[in-house]
Amino acid sequence: MTPADIRDEILDILEDIAPDEDLGELKDEVAFREQLELDSMDFLDIVMELRKRHRVQVPEEDYGELASMHSTVTYLTPLMKDLQKA
Amino acid sequence: MPRDFLKGASDEYDVIVIGSGLAGLTVANVLGRAGHSVLLLEQHYKLGGMATWFKRPGGHIFDVSLHGFPYGMIKSCRRYWSQEIADSIVPLKGIRFENPMFSLTTTYNREDFTKLLTSQFKIAPEKVAEFFDTARGMNFYDDQSMTTGELFNKFFPGREDVHRLLMEPIVYANGSTLEDPAITYGIVFSNFMSKGVYTFEGGTDLLIQLMQKELKKNGVDIRIRCDVEKINVEDDRVQSVTVNGRTIKAKSVISNANLNATIFRLLGEETLDKQFVEEARAVRLNNSSTQVYMALNPGETVDESLGDLFFTSTAEEFKTDLLLSRDVTSRTYSIYYPRTRPEGRPRTLIVSSTNAHYKDWAPLSDEQYEASKQDLIKTTLDHLDRYVPNIRERLAHVEASTPRTFQHYTQHVAGASFGTKFEGLAVSRALPDQVKGLYHAGSVGIIMSGWLGAINYGVIVANDVDALLMKQVGAATQPVN
Repeated sequence: MTPADIRDEILDILEDIAPDEDLGELKDEVAFREQLELDSMDFLDIVMELRKRHRVQVPEEDYGELASMHSTVTYLTPLMKDLQKA
Repeated sequence: MPRDFLKGASDEYDVIVIGSGLAGLTVANVLGRAGHSVLLLEQHYKLGGMATWFKRPGGHIFDVSLHGFPYGMIKSCRRYWSQEIADSIVPLKGIRFENPMFSLTTTYNREDFTKLLTSQFKIAPEKVAEFFDTARGMNFYDDQSMTTGELFNKFFPGREDVHRLLMEPIVYANGSTLEDPAITYGIVFSNFMSKGVYTFEGGTDLLIQLMQKELKKNGVDIRIRCDVEKINVEDDRVQSVTVNGRTIKAKSVISNANLNATIFRLLGEETLDKQFVEEARAVRLNNSSTQVYMALNPGETVDESLGDLFFTSTAEEFKTDLLLSRDVTSRTYSIYYPRTRPEGRPRTLIVSSTNAHYKDWAPLSDEQYEASKQDLIKTTLDHLDRYVPNIRERLAHVEASTPRTFQHYTQHVAGASFGTKFEGLAVSRALPDQVKGLYHAGSVGIIMSGWLGAINYGVIVANDVDALLMKQVGAATQPVN
């Protein structure tokens, strides 16, 4: 998967987690929590979805890497680059 | 021959969950839905743990712990249970306070509290805003040295009336006190303040029934009257549990039993690190409660100005030891109007709760115990009569429960109704470092208590277990590099 594919995948997961949010205006460099009403359980959901969909494991000490779209894609790129796009 | 409650159960599962409190139910559901084989074992004859109810003749159904939880419950139920469950969660209308310092009714959210604190309590608006923002910014991993009492004194020095308004509902919600870490207060208070207080329309019985349906759909093998005696460990790894005379294997075991009971009764300290055992032993249990359950005659109801939750106290001051004393000065009434169960027969029920110590009730002889319960009922009715005139004539049924009752039904050590104090969270989380594959999910650390805390902690642990099981499968099927 390319960084753009990963970004699409994260957007898809976020749509499930926060169905009431408008994700069209999301700024990649700004923390999710400053733009969306997300709490720590929502970040756990992102982790669980990534494991379910792609068998990607994000250990607890790395949860901080999921702060913004940019940091999430940067973190996941080496972990997901060999995966096929669904 | 006694009935075999494990009839047809397999000899091995991916996951065994011990206990069906809300954390145990949720962990079982999330892992079952993820495709793991799950066995759920409950010692009692019904599921739910402290999320429970009981029926009495005349169509009266008493809820033990239903009112009220934060808004976050809607999202958690939608994501980890079902839309149907989430759709039945409705706001409580009125939260009322009566004590020698003030009397008021509120919707219990930031907007209304700001209004009350600035107008009735004459606190500067910027001070109120600063307090709310501080509470909302708190994280469980922040500094724990400040207590809730110190937090209140920092923002509202000498204002015991304000401390009381801010604290009393949280004492009811999770048993925490002015002496507990401020972060436990900030996290829980902010959860409520974001959108108010909620309940489950249809009652606890419907909630548990819907959860059971969902568990079955997700393939969870549910067994009641199965009291686990032992968690078996070999080479620092969990192997199996011993239950009703059988040994059933599992890759992972999650205990939703009380933390203390899990470590010292089910596990035994011989397999554990000395340091861990010391830390576990030092975990303080939270307090228990007494309750008085009152059912009004069919057709009778009370005016809704009584509120859904009614915090009363006759104490002039606000102090933790007064809240826990057997010489009751504080009572919280949960009022269950007919709208609690719109499909059921129209009944009005009132449950009075007071936090209490097990040690005050444990040593009583049967005779003393019965007399103390009768006294609790009498003093509660005397008190309630001020707000519901002629309450005695209007009652169809009344009975009391004590810390001994909770201990009897849930097997919680000392009848603890809110799990453990803050330090229990770290011990609960560290259990898998001691025994691979063994986890604890249940009411711990104050912030993981209450209905929402228990459900969310179940999800957090389910995530850990799912990761572990995937790693094991990966290890078995992939070549070693």
